[in-house]
Amino acid sequence: MTTTFPHLLLRHAAERPDAPALREKEYGIWQTRTWREAASTVRHMACGLRALGFERGQNLAFVSDNRPHVYLGFVAVQSVGGVPIPLYQDAVAAEMVFVMQDADVAFAFAENQEQVDKLLEVRESVPGIAHIIYDDPRGLRHYDQPGLVSTADLLALGAAWDREHPGAWEALAAQVAPDDVSVILYTSGTTGQPKGVCQTHASFIASARGGVEVDGLSPADNVISYLPPAWVGDHLFSTAQWLVAGFTINCPESAATVQIDLREIGPTYYFAPPRVFEGMLTSVSIRMEDASAPKRWLFERCMALARRVGADLLDGRPVGGWDRFCYALADAAIYGPLRNVMGLSRIRVAYTAGAAIGPDLFRFFRSIGVNLKQLYGQTETCAYVCIQRNGQVQLNTVGAAAPGIELKIADNGEVLVKGVSVLKEYYKRPDATAEVIDAAGWFRTGDAGVIDAAGQLRIIDRAKDVGRLAGGAMFAPNYIENKLKFFQYIKEAVCFGHGRDQVCAFVNIDFEAVGNWAERQGLPYGGYVDLAAKPQVIALIGDCIAQVNADLAAEPGMADTQVARFLVLHKELDPDDDELTRTRKVRRKFVAEKYGVLVDALYAGRTEQFIETQVKFEDGRKGSVSATLQLADARTYPAAAQRAA
Amino acid sequence: MTTPKKIGDVILDVRNISLRFGGVKALTDISFDVREHEIRAIIGPNGAGKSSMLNCINGVYAPQEGSITFRGRTFSHMNSRQVAEMGVARTFQNLALFKGMSVIDNIMSGRNLKIKSNLLLQALRWGPAEREEIRHREFVERIIDFLEIQAWRKTPVGQLPYGLQKRVDLGRALAMEPQVLLLDEPMAGMNVEEKQDMCRFVLDVNDEFGTTIVLIEHDMGVVMDISDRVVVLDYGKKIGDGTPGDVRGNPDVIRAYLGNS
Repeated sequence: MTTTFPHLLLRHAAERPDAPALREKEYGIWQTRTWREAASTVRHMACGLRALGFERGQNLAFVSDNRPHVYLGFVAVQSVGGVPIPLYQDAVAAEMVFVMQDADVAFAFAENQEQVDKLLEVRESVPGIAHIIYDDPRGLRHYDQPGLVSTADLLALGAAWDREHPGAWEALAAQVAPDDVSVILYTSGTTGQPKGVCQTHASFIASARGGVEVDGLSPADNVISYLPPAWVGDHLFSTAQWLVAGFTINCPESAATVQIDLREIGPTYYFAPPRVFEGMLTSVSIRMEDASAPKRWLFERCMALARRVGADLLDGRPVGGWDRFCYALADAAIYGPLRNVMGLSRIRVAYTAGAAIGPDLFRFFRSIGVNLKQLYGQTETCAYVCIQRNGQVQLNTVGAAAPGIELKIADNGEVLVKGVSVLKEYYKRPDATAEVIDAAGWFRTGDAGVIDAAGQLRIIDRAKDVGRLAGGAMFAPNYIENKLKFFQYIKEAVCFGHGRDQVCAFVNIDFEAVGNWAERQGLPYGGYVDLAAKPQVIALIGDCIAQVNADLAAEPGMADTQVARFLVLHKELDPDDDELTRTRKVRRKFVAEKYGVLVDALYAGRTEQFIETQVKFEDGRKGSVSATLQLADARTYPAAAQRAA
Repeated sequence: MTTPKKIGDVILDVRNISLRFGGVKALTDISFDVREHEIRAIIGPNGAGKSSMLNCINGVYAPQEGSITFRGRTFSHMNSRQVAEMGVARTFQNLALFKGMSVIDNIMSGRNLKIKSNLLLQALRWGPAEREEIRHREFVERIIDFLEIQAWRKTPVGQLPYGLQKRVDLGRALAMEPQVLLLDEPMAGMNVEEKQDMCRFVLDVNDEFGTTIVLIEHDMGVVMDISDRVVVLDYGKKIGDGTPGDVRGNPDVIRAYLGNS
């Protein structure tokens, strides 16, 4: 049963040589590669690497969007006993320096001129990067730095090396063992320096196999690979499950065309973080608000029906004949076309993970017949801990333990995991490894959660983020922030309260949604900073917060953590300014320090505060933004227990 | 960082051009040359005669005096079609795209001169016509890829923002596989980001295809950054000619732009 990724690829090539393995849209046409072609490319890439001097045990960094040569490159590197290290392609050069040094990278794969420039910049401080392989030669013709080689040349070099060394590649590939490290994925570094998570062939294959079995994935499935290859989710779906199930992965033409490409491919299996689904719903909502009154009326009616019976139909629960009939009609008139517009017509299974998903969002997709489910996991567990089974989908939980995984809750509420997907180690960090894995093999996830009677896991917050208010009440900031972020007008929120007497919040407006709202209100504005400072917008956000407070008041033990005061930030929190991680999670402590003035002003009860902040542009230049922010009080509610009494 | 590009021999030589509209002297005795593979800018204040100069090269206007030598053939005035057939393409200051047509169709229209099959075959899309269309479409797709406008391939051009329309205009000119590309204020009316993009495309065109570029531009920063040599016009007369550095220090040029002190 245990095997390695190169062997899986070779098996597909032997069993189904002419079936499609990958597609990429280029020059307006989807170009298909069969498994046979894929295997031959892998072989020549691997031999090319050997010809350049790549040794067993070396690492190769990938800095690229989703391209066939990236996925095939992973396998090529693995086949000669190396380890691929995918990096976030939008990271600036300075952020790559640490990883390149940490992993002793001597070989790197770059997508295009932009990434080559970054790597050359990195090379000034990490001279060990001897070879840079680039996929797209455009603009690179006149580069004469040593060690630059195009993938075309690499493949030619490999083909020649292969002829001179018959049987050498097979011998190398045969040496690869299931317990060898198959990939190092660097954690986004919410706290401190990134750590390299070493996962073996065996654990990623077991994780992929579990998912493939739960959902019955087959070679007939199609996925679109558009998430950063450095994200564990993409590695699970587009690499591990691809090679285990043998379906077809499709690489979009460019980041800007993903939505168009999604519609053209019509994937049957789809994975996206909540923000992508949010984006789809927002664009649908905006277009519906601009539609004529009869269309809006029809849409509202159909959506009301969908909310009532859609999820039940999907889960196979009993639904009355008349409702079934109406749903079928509405499916033909509204839901079907809607799914088509979003490129979800053929979806059998869709997953969301990476952050909590809003209740309205989740229900919306399920009600129109998209089988959207949640899964839970982290880089250290191949994104494979819990998975929702068909028919057992709930909003508040992330599902029951996946096949091959055991779950346990520690005394402090932290979720502990043991099983096939747990990491081998952190690269060169035995201290950090010992910190997260105990002697019995339990991995500490860092998340606080509860397991219910049915074995379903519910995540509340990050274990280390859970704090206490000065009054002793438990304070779960993410829990409140997620409730806030479920409003379409709020893009990001940061709550403070640990050791304080009340909770205060920073809010980032969603420029598109609030901008559209302002246009409908006839409210003129001159850009993000101006819009965020409008009293009407602050009142709008205040209403959202009041609703969250009403919710919190109704929940046992949460009434004290209602948001007392808030402000709307004048700039978007941005990974380039280190305020978010590359996976767009808030760096809470960093934000608290950077905007310390504002936090103090909120707690001091002031009504306005001037702030000047540094910003970094995409090309690395720096500038500053300043504004005087309005600080406002939010409506709060008495606790539900008192009302009930 | 990179090896310098090779600038070749004179490809276009403009000699003593004068152009009058009735009593208005648009151009007076202008001479300059353009070398192969270089980026040559024509700058000057409003009404200096920049666009008129381009229109003379392009064959839209016939100058009363002077001659233009292109690749060794001398003309007293050019003819638009002949110019196009000789490999000179241009973009327009005020966009002249087909607003209702898609990006692909607009760029395809630039291939018009290259299409050999006759109207009937094209209408039926039969045999050689189909093969030819596929070949041209492939070329157009390469331009779309080059200009990074894949996401708007099928969008009617009229719906695109201005900066993108300018890019489509450039794409249509590139579809002619020109040896000389005349760009009439390619950055006019753009924001900083769009200007940066356009600069990169102009440099890339010059670099990748070796296309000689004659460029009219208002934005001095842009001109100084990307051109190899600059001609300065003022009131229809040439007041400067040389590298960006030479021109920047030329007192006549400073006077034309900033007035007398």
